[in-house]
Amino acid sequence: MSKNRVNIDWLVLPMLGALGVIGIWTLWSSMPGTNLPSPLKTWEVSKLYVVEPFEKRGELDQGILRFTWYSLVLVAKGYALAILIGTPLGFLLGLSKMFAKSFDPIIQVLRPVSPLAWLPLGLVLFERSEPAALFTIAVCAMWPTVLNTAVGVRSVPQDYINVARVLKLSRVKTLFKVLIPATMPYMFTGFRLSLGIAWLVIVAAEMLTGVPGVGGFLWQEYNSLIYEHIILCILTIGLVGFVLDRLMSLVEARFKSI
Amino acid sequence: MAFLELKHVSKGYRSNGTLTPVLRDIDLSIEQGEFVAIVGYSGSGKTTLISLIAGLIRPDIGSVTLDGAEIRGPSPERGIVFQNYSLLPWLTTYENVYLAVDQVFRNWSAAQKRAHTEKYIEMVNLLPAREKRPAELSGGMRQRVAVARALAADPRILLLDEPLSALDALTRATLQGEIAKIWDQDKKTMVLITNDVDEGILLSDRIIPLTHGPDATLGPAVPVEIPRPRDRKAINHDPHFKQTRHQVMDFLLGVGVKHRKTVTRKLHLPDIEPEDLSYGKPSPFSLFRRGPLRSKEFKKERVETET
Ligand SMILES: Nc1ncnc2c1ncn2[C@@H]1O[C@H](COP(=O)(O)OP(=O)(O)O)[C@@H](O)[C@H]1O
Ligand SMILES: [Mg+2]
Repeated sequence: MSKNRVNIDWLVLPMLGALGVIGIWTLWSSMPGTNLPSPLKTWEVSKLYVVEPFEKRGELDQGILRFTWYSLVLVAKGYALAILIGTPLGFLLGLSKMFAKSFDPIIQVLRPVSPLAWLPLGLVLFERSEPAALFTIAVCAMWPTVLNTAVGVRSVPQDYINVARVLKLSRVKTLFKVLIPATMPYMFTGFRLSLGIAWLVIVAAEMLTGVPGVGGFLWQEYNSLIYEHIILCILTIGLVGFVLDRLMSLVEARFKSI
Repeated sequence: MAFLELKHVSKGYRSNGTLTPVLRDIDLSIEQGEFVAIVGYSGSGKTTLISLIAGLIRPDIGSVTLDGAEIRGPSPERGIVFQNYSLLPWLTTYENVYLAVDQVFRNWSAAQKRAHTEKYIEMVNLLPAREKRPAELSGGMRQRVAVARALAADPRILLLDEPLSALDALTRATLQGEIAKIWDQDKKTMVLITNDVDEGILLSDRIIPLTHGPDATLGPAVPVEIPRPRDRKAINHDPHFKQTRHQVMDFLLGVGVKHRKTVTRKLHLPDIEPEDLSYGKPSPFSLFRRGPLRSKEFKKERVETET
């Protein structure tokens, strides 16, 4: 019985939901005067890009996963930058009362700024589109890492800190043997959320800078009036984002289990 | 001059500008090799007292000296077994003990450190659990690791802050036996904090009641003149045991009645809020509106019976 229940929860219900959405989509696309391509048409026009996902037919005409790969590489770089800056910053905020008080307000002000606003500044600063995109990803994606790490550092149980004090561990040893391991679960929550944002930002960054990737492809196909490919890109972006989040959750769960 | 001396020690906690007194006018002298038990109500300031000796906090008034030298900060020469499990959960039994050994005997060879670590794990009968993490150990085993870690650093005095309070009665009895044995072998100076008068009498040379807080202070010390090794069953019929027990209980109950109102109120207060992490009232721009909190992940505790 429970086996059936699982099947219904994990298979039947999600399928019903997807069918419902496709139904609405079909209805909408069959309305007179709309530019929305129907699901079937979308599939037909996108088929080549999906069945030959790594094909390179030209600079602007490549398989969807090849474009996705470009995006992932760029995200990986920007995300690495976000983590490399965000984690130490989070530790400083968590460890030093004075540092936290000094930078709390400015962080609160910078955090809600949209990637669309950072990108032009990146272009001004770096003059080339790829560094500008990296800058934008890093600056937008690092905040969850910063804040979660800081909260994690502050939540390290006093008992563990007392152990370090009684043993007279040096500052460096206390950091690596006690503070970092104790903060790990919080840090990974931050890393997961940051990755989500980095993936969100990449599309915007590519659209504005024309760096090749799934976002750049999306924008280019919009300009070429191939609306089917817009939907293909949206679905791809969503799926990849979902997979990234699941993968990070697995890593995160590993660190939470100690 | 005694080995460990507390003179006119008073301590309170300051929060939001008001000072909550905890300990007042504590005088305590402990001789080298002596086993002293301190019993008191929960929330009366026992952990505060042991933290003062450990050097984790400084007294507001008075002095704490070990061998004539003022205690100014924590040090491995004053080993401590904390009330809460304080093993690092990401390290195995071996690694937890090794951390202390590695730190204290820095110029030993790796082989020496390894042998020393193993010796102490063996002393508390945990060699089979050598590679296990604290989460895989029962409560009693964890406290044994904590004892091994403290002793492996070869402290001059061992401080035990209610090490057995969280354990079930059977495990508790076993570990009491082990502590008695360890003391018998090493004759290390030990201070045991407990809320169990029987436990205090069973293990110590001298048992001292701590009155109820605020402004808790030590009552008259009662010497335990029961020859060792003490048998936990036979001891119940020992007239001296009964008499000692009465003396301590009468004192505690006497002060308890007077302070009953404070007892209930004080018990609600958490004694875990980490002092160094409280940042006062958060500003409107604060990142941390939640305030400091202890991570739930590390608070999972299982108490199990040992056979
Ligand atoms: N860091 C702290 N800041 C403020 N108050 C504290 C702190 N630690 C303990 N207290 C208070 O001091 C009193 C004594 O605490 P404690 O020494 O932990 O008692 P015990 O160990 O006997 O249960 C309690 O009322 C407790 O709430
Ligand atoms: Mg206590």
